[in-house]
Amino acid sequence: MYVAVKGGERAIDNAHDWLAEERRGDPEVAELSLAQIREQMALAIHRVMAEGSLYDPDLAALAIKQSRGDLIEAIFLIRAYRTTLPRIGYSDPVETGSMICDRRISATFKDAPGGQVLGPTFDYTHRLLDFKLMADGEAPVADSAEPQTENIPRITDFLNRDGLIQTETPSDATPPDMTREPMEYPANRALRLQALTRGDEGFVLGMAYSTQRGYGRNHPFVGELRIGKVQVEMEIPELGFAIKIGEVTLTECETVNQFTGSKTEPPQFTRGYGLVFGQSERKAISMALVDRALRWKELGEDNMGAPAQDEEFVLSHSDNIQATGFLEHIKLPHYVDFQSELELIRKLRAEAMAATQKEAAE
Amino acid sequence: MLDSSLQGGFSNPPVQSAQAFRAALSAMARPGRIETLGGATAPAPTSAAAATLLLTLCDQETPLFLGGAYDTLAMRDWISFHIGAPIVEAGFAQYALGTWADLSQATLPTGISDYPDRSATLIVEMDTLAATGARLTGPGIEVEAHLNLPEIKAFQANRALFPLGLDFYFTAGPHLAGLPRSSIVAEL
Amino acid sequence: MSDYNFAYLDEQTKRMIRRAILKGVAIPGYQVPFASREMPMPYGWGTGGVQVTAACLTPDDTLKVIDQGADDTTNAVSIRKFFENTAQVDVTECTQEASVIQTRHRIPEEPLTEDQILVYQVPIPEPLRFLEPRETETRKMHALEEYGLMHVKLYEDIARHGHIATSYAYPVKVEDRYVMDPSPIPKFDNPRLESAAIQLFGAGREQRIYAVPPYTKVVSLDFEDHPFEQMKAEQDCDLCGAGHTYLDEVIVNDQGGRMFVCSDTNYCATRCDAGHRGRLSPEEDAA
Repeated sequence: MYVAVKGGERAIDNAHDWLAEERRGDPEVAELSLAQIREQMALAIHRVMAEGSLYDPDLAALAIKQSRGDLIEAIFLIRAYRTTLPRIGYSDPVETGSMICDRRISATFKDAPGGQVLGPTFDYTHRLLDFKLMADGEAPVADSAEPQTENIPRITDFLNRDGLIQTETPSDATPPDMTREPMEYPANRALRLQALTRGDEGFVLGMAYSTQRGYGRNHPFVGELRIGKVQVEMEIPELGFAIKIGEVTLTECETVNQFTGSKTEPPQFTRGYGLVFGQSERKAISMALVDRALRWKELGEDNMGAPAQDEEFVLSHSDNIQATGFLEHIKLPHYVDFQSELELIRKLRAEAMAATQKEAAE
Repeated sequence: MLDSSLQGGFSNPPVQSAQAFRAALSAMARPGRIETLGGATAPAPTSAAAATLLLTLCDQETPLFLGGAYDTLAMRDWISFHIGAPIVEAGFAQYALGTWADLSQATLPTGISDYPDRSATLIVEMDTLAATGARLTGPGIEVEAHLNLPEIKAFQANRALFPLGLDFYFTAGPHLAGLPRSSIVAEL
Repeated sequence: MSDYNFAYLDEQTKRMIRRAILKGVAIPGYQVPFASREMPMPYGWGTGGVQVTAACLTPDDTLKVIDQGADDTTNAVSIRKFFENTAQVDVTECTQEASVIQTRHRIPEEPLTEDQILVYQVPIPEPLRFLEPRETETRKMHALEEYGLMHVKLYEDIARHGHIATSYAYPVKVEDRYVMDPSPIPKFDNPRLESAAIQLFGAGREQRIYAVPPYTKVVSLDFEDHPFEQMKAEQDCDLCGAGHTYLDEVIVNDQGGRMFVCSDTNYCATRCDAGHRGRLSPEEDAA
């Protein structure tokens, strides 16, 4: 005898208990602390903060622990938490020109004021598994130097001084806030950059890579890449001036791209821009390339029909929380829709069969 | 700021605004039906229903136009303290409050063809509300409804703009009725 | 969950959603953009419906949540539990007792009343999306009431199959103006889109809210020579004997045996309690 499926609630509770047990793993093995995750999985923390759009390393560590290391799940936890936070106010724009850089490189000049600072990078490491880490993770103490005190000038400013690169016009206009207003197309650049900086690293990387391989190629050079801490300041109306409320680590990439020119304008280099929470240069460079590709209209370029030039395509599909939710929702029951498809296909087949038989009989 | 500006808000905002919203939803979804709501008190001459609607629907994100006798210092202070809505010219308003004499003279946004929702909602203060007068048909109405609208022609002209147009709440004391742009208005 | 606001969302978010709902009601069938928030459940799993429900609920409400017509499907259970925890509302499985019903993929069989709100979870609110993927284009098409492409698509179906080959999420025209996606309900349910209840549609990921007020004209798109037709399995319900309800097909053994049961589980149970019997009703009960 058929009994309608019952017990959804108990099934869910049991699944949650099992999940909690699996998350902990073998209880004989010491539990991870949030400090361990924060300090030793720092780049995972940075990705979760960047795509979660919330700068809080401790919460990111909690999210990573809770999500068993599934970073998209961790990003989701952070996003869901973030939406419940009240907006107390808005900071002033951060000044990356006065960043205290851990790393600062330019690919367009051999050397420049401020120097080339490699910083803590995987570049030039040989990707050989370091079996010593299996037993002993202690690291040697690295040499240190005097911290930078002066602002490090921007490479693009040198180019701009001679008019060789297109000037970005500063604006005091309040940028749209994609977390408070529905997305609207066409999007302005501020909105596009917002979407890209919280977009999925893999998606943005893939889009950027496609431009390098010819789908909307724009010949980028990394004019400058810098990683370091900047101060966050906020205007306090009661005080009448801005005060420092904290500092954040950012990665900024400015690309110098193929020049454009027209009958009225002499040729100039153009720019792409990437800015991401934390140390995440793969993402920042990718973002700069995609930003540049999306600027084809304002720079008077041809639309090659490349995916990375298509604003709606890029921005509608870059968010991994939207994408993963919708993708995975097809796991939910769809038997009502499927039943209506079943009925339809049976009907169409019966009619087609009857027609064939009739033809054969005639 | 007047001390009285600090008074007149909700004592339990999540619950009172939810209840008020349901009255507002019912009124807009069933044109002509008279609902009762309250919980907020604004400076005179604002009715309890209008004050409650403002508190339920408006905030820093909704530019508000105040018509005639409603544009007072006391009212501006009250709105500034409880709601935070920027007070604007009629042409930029998302919400407007006043009598029909005030608001029928104002040019308020009726939306654009791509975004007909970018149109103003008017809160029209009335002496009384009654299910008599103009005959209403259209969405939300099974056969027909009646409401003592302040006039007919303006609402017919508004319907002619559909899907653009203005949406209306009429308020009197604790009472509320709605008239969306979709309603077809006729003389009785 | 007690640290969160009543019905989870903060008041400013609820106001924003409420404003969108009211504009949706005023412009039946038009998709109002709204700044959908990230919810603690995934996009695609009812976040739009949940936000609309959260914006509507008062503590006096009685909430019913169904998925595929059933109250005990896992996602329905999960959403119902969410509101039990965050809004402390009463919940029910009984359609008549509910003041707010959140649904995915079905309209309850029992006709709804003026005192009820039906909230639909919507995955893709744009009925033209599969004909034209660009929002900038579909927005223009709605603005200009340019729905020719939809008719061409439906007519191509007829040319190829002899029928319109859309069996769910069947497009409708609302109040002679906007073409609307009724969410993926089977087209069997389309006639019940004309209802005494307020119907609200929430699409979280796509950031759209739309509405069908009570007694609004809702017409399923069709052609004079190919009128809209409802469709269901030809059988009667094997549990309650109903011949007028939408049925699920259940495979009961590996010889291909199957049975048909009402997808609206509450409707079916109510009929069984009232003594209706189907082909496979237990013997002892039938006696």
